[in-house]
Formats: sequence, structure tokens, C-alpha cells
Amino acid sequence: MNPNIKWKALFILGVIVLCVYGLIGLPDFPTSISTIKQNFGQRIKLGLDLQGGTHLILQVQVNEAVRQETDQIADQLAKLLHDKNVPFTEVTRNADTQIKITGVASEQISTLRSIVSDSFGTWDLVPAPGEANGYLLNMRPTTIADVQERTMSQSEDTIRRRIDQLGLTEPLVAPYGRGENEIIVELPGEGDPVRAKSVIQAGGQLEIRLVQDQTPYPSEAAAMSAHNGVLPPNTEILPGSPNATPGAPSGQSYYVVDRVPIVTGRDLRSADATRDAQRPPYYRVSFNLSTDAGRRFGPFTEQNINRPMAIVLDHKVFSVATIQSRIDDSGEITGTFSSEEANDLALVLRAGALPASIHYLEENTVGPSLGADSIRHGVEASILSLIVVLIFMVVYYRQAGVNAVIALLLNLVILLAGLTYFGATLTLPGIAGVILTIGMGVDSNVLIFERIREELRAGKAAVTAVDLGFKRAFVTIIDTHVTTIVSAFFLFLFGTGPVKGFAVSLTIGLLANLFTSVYVSRVIFDWHLAKLPRQAEISI
Amino acid sequence: MEFFHQPNYDWMGKAKYFVSLSLFLLLVGVAAGFWRHGLTYDVDFKGGTLVDVRFAQAPDIDVIRKDLQSQGLGRSEIVPIHDISHPNANEVEIDLPEQSQDEQTALDQGKTRIVTALQQSFGAGESNKQDFNAASAGDLTDYLVRRDPLSLGAAAGNRYTGIGTQLAAYRDKNRDGIVTNLDDLKNSGVPAQVVASLHDGFYTGSFAIRNVQIVGPKVGADLRRQAVFVTLYALAGMLVYIAIRFEWIYGAAAVIAVFHDVLITLGLFALLKFPISLTVIAALLTLVGYSMNDTIVIFDRVRENNRLMRREPFPAIVNRSINQTLSRTILTSGLTFLTVLVLFLMGGPALRSFSFALVIGIVVGTYSSFGIAAPMVVAWNHWRGTGNRVATRTGPQPVTKPGTAKRSPA
Repeated sequence: MNPNIKWKALFILGVIVLCVYGLIGLPDFPTSISTIKQNFGQRIKLGLDLQGGTHLILQVQVNEAVRQETDQIADQLAKLLHDKNVPFTEVTRNADTQIKITGVASEQISTLRSIVSDSFGTWDLVPAPGEANGYLLNMRPTTIADVQERTMSQSEDTIRRRIDQLGLTEPLVAPYGRGENEIIVELPGEGDPVRAKSVIQAGGQLEIRLVQDQTPYPSEAAAMSAHNGVLPPNTEILPGSPNATPGAPSGQSYYVVDRVPIVTGRDLRSADATRDAQRPPYYRVSFNLSTDAGRRFGPFTEQNINRPMAIVLDHKVFSVATIQSRIDDSGEITGTFSSEEANDLALVLRAGALPASIHYLEENTVGPSLGADSIRHGVEASILSLIVVLIFMVVYYRQAGVNAVIALLLNLVILLAGLTYFGATLTLPGIAGVILTIGMGVDSNVLIFERIREELRAGKAAVTAVDLGFKRAFVTIIDTHVTTIVSAFFLFLFGTGPVKGFAVSLTIGLLANLFTSVYVSRVIFDWHLAKLPRQAEISI
Repeated sequence: MEFFHQPNYDWMGKAKYFVSLSLFLLLVGVAAGFWRHGLTYDVDFKGGTLVDVRFAQAPDIDVIRKDLQSQGLGRSEIVPIHDISHPNANEVEIDLPEQSQDEQTALDQGKTRIVTALQQSFGAGESNKQDFNAASAGDLTDYLVRRDPLSLGAAAGNRYTGIGTQLAAYRDKNRDGIVTNLDDLKNSGVPAQVVASLHDGFYTGSFAIRNVQIVGPKVGADLRRQAVFVTLYALAGMLVYIAIRFEWIYGAAAVIAVFHDVLITLGLFALLKFPISLTVIAALLTLVGYSMNDTIVIFDRVRENNRLMRREPFPAIVNRSINQTLSRTILTSGLTFLTVLVLFLMGGPALRSFSFALVIGIVVGTYSSFGIAAPMVVAWNHWRGTGNRVATRTGPQPVTKPGTAKRSPA
């Protein structure tokens, strides 16, 4: 035999072994039929449309985070001006990314400028148009982008941590789309996303703040009038949840609390749900503070014994307790929690707060029975059409048809192995991509065989006809395949979800087809011809 | 075996009939568009809520409609799902168009209300029991662990998790998601005591939700825009590739032919009110690729013959190229058509629109290669006044070695 053909055959054999190994040889080396089945099931990753599950697409309101950042900077600036004895009328947030400073005397401008350049280097100070002694502080576009990006990655992390704690199998949290601040959450096998959604949505911003007045007020106005219309400096009014203060009249309540929290969610070391021993059916959430926060919290509680302290959750006073003694590093949140509510709250506290709120854009649940149905239909249809095509090829092209059968089957094996090696998921449109690959594979074989027949009709010898047939058809095959891959490339680049899966399986299939119908089929032809006498005819 | 032995048809001589046929089909499409008030979009493009429900028995559509109306969901559409593989329509799709919703209302309120509506007539459950057909494998496991019907105690381990999964899998895979009698579960291979204990905690509800798709208003509009752009990008990419490999008129003709295919297919979608979904877009792009493929095979042959037969008039060269590739065209199109036809008939509801687009697309795409793309190149050459002799200037490169084809020196 021609040594060249031998090497080519070995190469093809190597590819086959690699593909089959990729499909059934991992993760455990197969020793029985059942491990083979198990491996195959594990290696072919099914999309949500095939295995059932829920996907959610949500949008992070990044501008909220930008606004918060601006608020914080305004607070800091006011404080710095105060510290450096620069008199001013007002420092307020003017727009999402703009702070307005008024009433700064002209001789203090240089101090203002140096404060801004020293402490707020990513902001630009400009005079307010048409206003004497007024200035505008603008956030730079690059900083805005930074804040937005940070918000997105923080949200993604937080959502992932929360979802991970639900104990589902292989959930996915990933950015989605292009530049629209969207995140996709995939929950395989989850038929009802209610719990997942409530866990994602929960705010989870925990703060402990000092309460100014012993008793809550029934309304905001009552709180204001108690202070003669002007709140003490650095305080604000927050609504309370019913029964926040034990023993106080139930109903609406408002509290005057310090603006700056002593402890925030970031200071938590752990949070757990435990049975509330004092109030039997209910659960409570107890938490521990980090050492650093404990060092602040200890002296603080010592100085404020007998004063009320509030646990504020998502800007709502959750419970108020009077400080009895020095507390170093632990606390608890009590309420009318069921065990699951307490667990979810503890989970949310552990995972931290979302930096901005979110909106749901899309929700899709595929029941497991529908997924199983789709697989059955798709696979049945694929196998049936494959059998019809294969029978036809053998009938029409006789021995050469066997080449086509081998090429097409090998094409399928490489395609499936390719999907597993690239870690791609097989989706419903993906199955359609597989079927189209069969179509393109048939086309390549037909192109080559028809060309060989033409050359034979023109009176060429078998060896020459095969050689010319492959060479001439190859040009066409390259053109058709590249054109289709170009369109698959755009599908992959700009398409979303299912369309992407289609593009991936189509591209892998087309590449495999170039290999099988051109290279493998040629080697079989050459091997066959090498065994025949020089002038023999071939069966095509 | 051979279907065509050296065919010799005058394709270009019939070009005017082809063009008339195409214009007629396009007009039909436009008329259908007006008649049907544009295309029908699936939930992923138009937004709204789509709930796919399977019932134990074929449901009375009027009862469902009345239930939905009582929940203020009168605008929703109820479509029974049936095909060759599901002849009896136990399954319906409830399609609720976009509710006027502000940012605060939950995205899934439509779904919640549909489920409430269905429970009025079909939800006759037993109090204090769960619906077996709505229970997840986890719910079943929880129940079994609590009841411990096999009296395993601490030795249970993962046994009940396995049984719960087995029960759910039997329901979903062997019973299409709905069990009408709990005793049927004995066929699933779980111990009889387990089935017996299920009676205390479960009833078999008469419907099961199979699929829920909820799309917010913004997403739908975004996706529509995106789909159009993806298609245009893909076409532009192919135009550039063909222009490089052949001559720009070949690229333009191929792209126009493909455009023609997409328009005719969309016209049929409008006429038959088949909904356009994301998967249909994938199908349209596939048909674009397929039709291109067909056109390129003919163009490739034209390029080759143009070099070999310098004395022949251009239309004759094109005719000959189409005739030479006819056998291949019929075979490939025939087999691919067969494949997508099987998919259309057997692929189930999820692949219906997808395979329909391809069934139409393959016929139209094959036709447009010789009926639109080729005559266009011939007409262009005629108009340029080069008359019969053309494109020698194109100088397609001689095919020397496969894979070394270079850009033709234009």
C-alpha cells in the first residue's frame, strides 16, 4: 500500500479515537455499557429548552448607583468645606452626575479648587452659568462608565452568591446582550422561579443606626413638628415596619435616626437563622460582626447605653432595641419570620446588598416534560432523515455511496465531539443546525461524485477522474462553506441565546464536513483505487 | 443510477417567465401582508406572556375562554396544539398580549392570572393535598422523606431523592408530563408502598403547565431590530466574499436573489399567519446560506466554463453551467428538502415554524439561483454592451491546486 495513504489513514483513525473518547471516555474511563451511557449524558450538555428549567433576564438600574455615588461625594464635599472653614450656602446633587455648590465667596475659590483637585480628582469644577458664587461639579464620563461597570460586576457577583446558596444544580449567572446592563440567570431544572426571584430581588442592605427620639411618630409631619420643623444635623426620618418597637402602638411609625450608620452589611462576618426561643413559632436571624467592626461597635455601644438603636433593612427601620450593655460583635434581627423567611434573609445578608435595583425583562420556563418531548421529536426526525439520505446515497452511487455514508456518519461524530470539547450546549435550534449539517454534507458528496461522473463520461481513466473530480469540486465546496460560515459568524456575533447555539453547531458541522467529505472520502477512494488494476472501472 | 443524462435546456431563454413568476409571488406576499395586517410575531418578538398547558383530556376551548375572560384576560388567544405526532389536542397555547404595565407591576402577573383562571374549571383539587402534576422532583422527595413509606429511618440516605427523581422522570418522559391516576405510577418501578403513600398527600390535577415565556416590552422591540440587523450584516458579509471571489455583479445578483427568497418566505408566513420567532430568524438565515450555496455552485461553474469556452455567447455558457450542475442541484435540494420535510412533519410544535421556513426556503432558494441570480448576471453583461462576449476581463484564475485559489485580478 502507498505509505502516504497509510499515514493519512492513521491520522483519520486518530481523529476518530479522539472524538469517540471525547464523547464517551470522559470523565470516567468506560468499563461497562452503563458508564458509557452515563458519560455520554454528562458530556452532551443540554440547553434549557431541552432539559427544562427557567431563564430570567434582568436589567440592573445602574444609574441609581451613579446617583448614590454623586450623593456621597456631595456629602463628603460639604464636610470638607465645613472642616476647612469655607462658608457656603448649599451643596446639593443637581442631576445624576452633577453637584451644585452655591454661596462660596470669591476669595475662597482657590481653596475650593484645591479641595476638589485633592479629593475629587475625577470630577470637573466649572462656574455655574448665570449664577454668581455658584459652581458645578461634574462627574467625568470615564468615571461614570467606571461606576456603571463596577455596579454591573457587583450585581452579577451578588446575584451569583445568592443563587448559589439556593442549592440548585449548575445555575448560570452571566452578562447578557451588549451594553444594555442586562444579566441572564439560568436555573436548570427549576420549574417555578418564585423563590429564586424573591431571593434575587431582596434588597439586603443592612445598617445599624442610632435612634434620636425614644418614641416613634405616627407620621412624618409629626416627627418634623416635634423638632419645630428642623431636624437635628445629620439625621433623617425613616419609616418603620409595624411592631419595630416592642410595646409601641402598632400601625404606621416613623423614626428620626442618624444619617450615618455605625455598622453596615459589609461588616457582617456571618448571619444565620435560628429558632426564636422567646417566641416559639418564629425564627430570628443572628449575625456576627467582623473584628474590625466589633472594635468600633464595642466603644460605641458603651457610650450610648440606654439609648435606642435601630436595625435598618433597605431604608426601613426593622426593629428598635435599647442598648443595655456593651455589645462587641453580635446581634440579632427578630420579627415574625417563618423558618424559610429567616433562612432567605440570612442568605441575603451573607451575600451582601445589590448596589442598585433591578427590573425583570424576560422570564422563560420550560417544563421538563416539554424538554423531553422536544429531544424525542428532534432526535427521531434527525435519525429518520439520516437513514433516508444514507439509503439513497448507496442506491444512487453504489460503492461510492458507501464513502458518503462513512463521511456523513463521521461528520456527525466529530460534530457531537466538537460540541463537548468546546463546552457548547445543545439547544433545539442546535439540533436543527445538526440536521442542516447533514444537508451540507450530502451536498459536498454529491458535488464531488457528480464531477467524477462527468470526468468519466469525458473518457478519463478512473484515477484521473477521481483526482480531477475532487480538485474541481473542492473550489466550489470551499466557496459554499466559507459563505455559510460567514453568515454563521454574524449569527454568533450578534445573535442571542438559541440563535447562537445554532451558529455554533452549524460552524463545527461545516468544518467537520470539509474534513470528512473532502479528506476522508478522498483517502477511501485512493485506498480503493490502489488495490485495483490500472484500467479498472470504479463503481459510482 | 442517474436521473438526468446530459440535460440541455435553454434556461436563459425562459428568463422572462421566471422574472414574471417571482414578481407574482412577491406581489402575493405584499397582498398577504396588507390582508393580514403585517407579520404575526411570536411572544419573543412582540412581548407578552405565552403559557403552554397540557390537559389530561382534550379541554373545551370555550370553557378556557370563559375562565380567562373572568380574570380580565379576554384579549388572550387560545391555540390548540396538534400535529401528526399529537393528533388529539390535549395541549393548548394561551397567548396573552402585552398588558399595559408600568415598572412596578411584576413581569409575571399575566402568568399568575392565567393559572388562577384555569384553576376555576380544571383545578378541582383536594384541600390539604398537592397537585402531583405540578410537583417537582424536590417536592416529591421532601414528601417521601417526611412520610418515610419504606420505614427506612436513618438508613434512608439518598434513597428517597432517587425515588422522587424517578417518579418525576416517569411522569415527564413516559406520560408527557401528566398522570391521571396515581396508581399508574406503579409502572415506573418504584416500590408499591411509595405509590400507596402518595395518595395521602397528592391528587392528580387535570392540567400541567409545560412552558411559560414572558417577554417584557423593551426586549421584544430590541430583538426585532437586532434580527433585521443580523440578517443585513450576514448579507453584507456574503456580498463582500462573493465580490472578492468573483466579480461584484455576481455578489449583487446572489444577494438580490437571496433577498427575494427571504421576502417570498416572509410573504407566506404572513399569508398563513405563522408566527415569526427567534428560531424562525435562525431558519431564515439558514435559507440565506442555503440559497447562496446553490447560487455559488452555478456561478463557480460559469466562472470555469467562461474560461474554457471563450467563443461561446455568455447566455449559452450560463445555460450550460446550469445544465451541468442540474443533477447535483436536484439531488441536493431533493435530499435537503426531504430532511426538512421530515422535520416539519415530525419535529413537534417547537420546530414547526422553523422547519416551515426551510421547506419553503429550499424550494424558493433553489429556484432563485437559476431563475433570478443567473439571468441578472446575463442581463447586466448584455446591458453593458459587451453583448455576447463578456467577462473574459474577469479572468477567473485557472484552477491549479485546490486551496490555492487567489483573488481574481480584476
